Formats: sequence, C-alpha cells, structure tokens
Amino acid sequence: MTARVLVIAEHDGVKLNASTAKCVRCALGIADAEVTIAVLAADGAAVAAQAAQIADVARVLRADRPENAHALAAVLAPQIAQLAGPYTHVFGPSTTFGKDLMPRVAALIDAPQLSDIMAAESATRFRRPTYAGNAIVTVEVDAGTKVVATVRTASFEAAPAGGSASVETATVDVTLPTHTRFVGVSAASSDRPDLQSASRVVSGGRALGSAENFSIIFGLADRLGAAVGASRAAVDAGFAASDLQVGQTGKIIAPELYVAIGISGAIQHLTGIKDARTIVAINKDAEAPIFEVADVGLVGDLFTIVPELEKLLTA
Amino acid sequence: MKRILVCVKRVIDFNVRVRVKPDGSGVVTDGVKLSLNPFDEIALEEALRIRERGGAQEVVAVTIGAADCQQQLRTALAMGADRGIHVVHDGGVEPIVAARVFLKLIEKEQPFLVILGKQAIDDDNNQTGQMLAALWQRPQATFASKIELTDTTARVTREVDAGLETLEVDLPAVVTTDLRLNEPRYVKLPDIMKAKKKPLDSLSPADLGVSAGARVKLVKTVPPAQRQKGVMVKDARELVAALRQRGVL
Ligand SMILES: Cc1cc2nc3c(=O)[nH]c(=O)nc-3n(C[C@H](O)[C@H](O)[C@H](O)COP(=O)(O)OP(=O)(O)OC[C@H]3O[C@@H](n4cnc5c(N)ncnc54)[C@H](O)[C@@H]3O)c2cc1C
Ligand SMILES: Nc1ncnc2c1ncn2[C@@H]1O[C@H](COP(=O)(O)O)[C@@H](O)[C@H]1O
Repeated sequence: MTARVLVIAEHDGVKLNASTAKCVRCALGIADAEVTIAVLAADGAAVAAQAAQIADVARVLRADRPENAHALAAVLAPQIAQLAGPYTHVFGPSTTFGKDLMPRVAALIDAPQLSDIMAAESATRFRRPTYAGNAIVTVEVDAGTKVVATVRTASFEAAPAGGSASVETATVDVTLPTHTRFVGVSAASSDRPDLQSASRVVSGGRALGSAENFSIIFGLADRLGAAVGASRAAVDAGFAASDLQVGQTGKIIAPELYVAIGISGAIQHLTGIKDARTIVAINKDAEAPIFEVADVGLVGDLFTIVPELEKLLTA
Repeated sequence: MKRILVCVKRVIDFNVRVRVKPDGSGVVTDGVKLSLNPFDEIALEEALRIRERGGAQEVVAVTIGAADCQQQLRTALAMGADRGIHVVHDGGVEPIVAARVFLKLIEKEQPFLVILGKQAIDDDNNQTGQMLAALWQRPQATFASKIELTDTTARVTREVDAGLETLEVDLPAVVTTDLRLNEPRYVKLPDIMKAKKKPLDSLSPADLGVSAGARVKLVKTVPPAQRQKGVMVKDARELVAALRQRGVL
C-alpha cells in the first residue's frame, strides 16, 4: 500500500520555512511514499511556488483564506482535518508552529500523534526520543491507522530542490472559529543568523552573570558568523531572549559547530545539541558534564578565554 | 463558582539520570524519585496566583495515574489547590485519552480556564492541552509566559520560535505553560498537614465513560547513541588550532 503523506508547510506568508523540506525528507523515508504539501495562507502563491520546487513532491495543495494570515492552530486545524481525508499520514515540523498545531489536528481526526519522530522505519513504525533524549523508543501502530506526527527537524537534512510539483487550489468549506485572535509578535533578534538553521552556534550560560556580560557571546558569534543560543538558566535570569533557549524544552539544533560557554551541560540542555557535528565546551570546572559530550574542551575562565578567542579569530 | 482546572502528572524527577532497562522494555523506575511534572507545578502556581488575586474562587487539581499518584496530588493540595480529582488508572494513557478524561471533567466542573503543562517530561509528547482544546472546541494558548485575564478574555504571551507572540482568546480556554510563566512556591510542612483534610475524589476512566485503550504500541526502548570522547586543549590558541584541524573553522 502506498503511504500518502500530507506535509503541512510552515511559512510566514512570504517564505517557506526550511523545516518543511525536512518533513518531506522524513516522509520520503517511508517506502512508496507519495508526498503532498499543504500551504494554508491568506495568499499562498509565493509559498506554494517554493514548496513545488522541493524534489520528489507529488503535488502542492494551496488553501487560501483571509483567516490564515496568522498561523492560529484553532483556525488552521479544522481546515487541515478536512484536507486530511484521503491521506494515511499528516506530518508537521516539531517547531513551536507544529507542536501547537498538529495535536489539534490529530484530535479532530481522531488519530494518534507521534511527537518528534527521528526516523520513519516504515509506514507504521517510528522512532522518537523520550525522557529528554535519554531513552529512544520504537513505536508502532496497526496498519491502516492514520498517523499524525511532528518531525524532529534536527534529525533530517532538507530534501533537495529541483522539483516541479503541480500546485492545486484546495477549497476548504469549514466554518472557522473567531474565539482566537492574533495580537502581535515581538521578534528579538531578526538580523542575526537563525538559531535553528545556522551552521555555527555560540551559546552562553548562567556563568555570564548579566545581560551586559552576555554581549561577549554576541561578539564571538559575530566573529564566527554564528547564531546565538543560551541555556535555560541564562534565559530565566534575563541575560538572553527566550527564543534563544537550546534544549529539551527549547530549540533542538544540529549545527556544524556548537560552542558552549559557561554552560554546565545539564541533560535538558544536552538533548538539544547532541546532533551537532562538533561541540566545543569552555568551562572553569573540569568536572562539568558538558565535557562528557564535548569534542574539544577547554578548562578556564570564560572572561579571559573569550576575548582571546575573539582576538585570534580577528587576526 | 469561578473555577480553574489544573492538570498535574506524576513523572520521574527531572534531576534523575534516567536509565534504560537492559531488556529494552522501558526505563528503570524502581527506587527512582517521582515528582510533579515541572510544567504542571508552574500551571498550578499560576492558577493559585489568579485565585489569590480574586480572579477565581476555586482551583481543582486533576491527575490520571496509578493509586500511588495520590501522593503527588496531595502535594498539589499542599501547594494550595482547593480539591483534587484522581482518575485512577494503572500504566500510561495516551494524550488523546487524557484529553477525553479531562473533557468529561470539564463538563462536570465547568471551569472558565484549564491550565496544563506544555509537556510532560517523561514521554515529552506536548499534545494533551492542544487535544483537549480541540475536543472542547475552545481556544488554546500554548507555551504561555504571561496570562492577563478579563471577565471574558485572556491575553496570553506565548514563547514561540520567532520570539514572543500575543494572542487574545475568549473564555473558557485552555492554556499550557512554559518555563518563564512564574516560579512555583515551595510547599511548607504545615500545608502538607492541612492538605490531608482537603477533599480528594477518586474515580476511574470507565466511570467517566472513557476507554483507556492504547493505539501506539511500544516495540522497544534503547539508550541514545553515545558521542565519541573528545580532546582537551590548554588555551585559546590550541582551541583554534584544533578547530582548524577538524575543518570547522
Ligand atoms: C522542565 C525543565 C526543562 C528544562 N529545559 C531546559 C532547556 O530546554 N535548556 C536548558 O539549557 N536547560 C533546561 N533546563 C534547565 C537545566 O536543568 C539546567 O538547570 C540549565 O541548563 C543550567 O544552565 P547553565 O548550564 O547555564 O547553568 P549552571 O548549571 O549553573 O552552569 C553554569 C556553569 O558555568 C561554569 N562557570 C561559572 N563561571 C565560569 C567562568 N567564569 N568561566 C567559565 N565557566 C564558568 C560553572 O562551572 C558551571 O558549569 C530545564 C529544566 C527543567 C526542570
Ligand atoms: N496522566 C496525566 N495526568 C494529569 N495530567 C496530565 C496527564 N497526562 C498529561 N497531562 C497534562 O498534559 C500536559 C502535557 O502532557 P503531554 O501531552 O503528555 O506532554 C502535562 O503537563 C499535564 O498538565
């Protein structure tokens, strides 16, 4: 039986988010999968055109409604539930967009949801992390069970470009709720590389001590062309914005280079970085657990090491 | 009565280094410390603060779990919940089942606000609140770091990938908590004594007409892949050299 996978596109109305091509890659891992991307937007022309360029996508469904101007789960879910009819699987990214939306879809179509899947071993068998990544489970549903899943984007490369799928207009005639209204969004650091897709990330922890001191993390990141991350302790203390938190309940990332500065390496933090290619740790405590996962470790005071690094990288 | 329902789950304490059983059947739970899910403590704290400000009259804590989960429900009462409901069920329930149970309780209790954690740190599902909101056909505001209430609406700030998003939702509604919403209070000894006298109802999913049957079967549990042991360097210069050698600079 062919798996017919509906992938829900994440976008900002203009640009398709890289997480969508990662969901496609995950879906194409299922034997005989046929992948359709759904674009729900106020005006989805641009985004649908980008989605159509992802290789090996069978078609793009474009559902335009003015109510889709902002991604509100309560508004999008009933539309997706209607589109989901002919599909065996509905996938979305394990970003805050997908985490918010997909369970609402699953409940409406009475399908079980699998969160953060790391691998689709078959149409019915999946692998996912539990306990902050300390236990990886293989789970299975009966054949014929519709599956909703969020895809752990750090586990998948983006599917390549080079496709030319047809874009079809989907008419969704459901009444949408008005009980949920978008008020606004404040984006903290938009001129910097994006934490989730950056190839280099420099993160700071509690040891930075203040928001002012945390600026040395930004300085080093600039030298490296890197995105900035933070531990929960640094975010809680107000040194860094909440969207910079890396870890179990923050962002799960897989950069080429991850530099942890003044971060102890609690399990909740480590689960967010274990797919990084190279992990560097700078910490004054030689016993800090971060050194158990670091590829390159340096014991010492960050306040002397980071300025030295900056100088060496400028030279 | 203006009532808030808070869903609290017992999980392995976040400080425990969880280990996988050698036979792959699950994780070691014998002799392991169990606690309220941290996000649920935050949920309860928020409900208590709303009540203390006069925004609600009663806070009801609900849990689904084995008989000995009563201990964590008592902790919730000691923190300040007015009463507890224990839906007794051995073994785990899938989020959709938990959501169905909570929906039945909502129909009985008629809360104007239901607060859950954004995620239980055992299965890391992050589903139940959203599913409950769907079944209840009410708004959801997930990953909340701030909640402002009026008589008919909640204005909720949410921690999203792009930054902080603000939604306005009509009440009743479902909210799930993120870490920055508040810092939960500590339980004091006299409160634990007082909590013993607070009302606590026990019932089963079947009493509510909900079937606890599972659709997702666990095949096996394995430990995560280990990373190779790395190298230690002496100073910044060696660090840069090591990174150049690895081709990452
Ligand atoms: C439900 C839950 C979810 C969580 N989710 C996350 C999450 O998503 N992400 C996350 O990061 N955490 C998360 N945590 C928190 C986690 O358990 C840790 O508390 C947190 O990661 C610690 O942050 P830290 O390493 O910055 O601080 P600390 O643990 O305090 O470590 C600071 C480190 O800095 C070092 N140091 C101090 N001064 C210097 C100096 N001058 N030079 C060099 N090194 C120095 C110290 O040796 C120490 O190792 C979560 C916790 C819970 C309960
Ligand atoms: N068995 C349960 N008992 C009480 N609350 C639960 C239970 N399962 C889930 N919840 C609530 O739902 C939230 C999200 O859980 P989950 O979807 O499993 O990650 C938790 O933080 C709790 O508030």
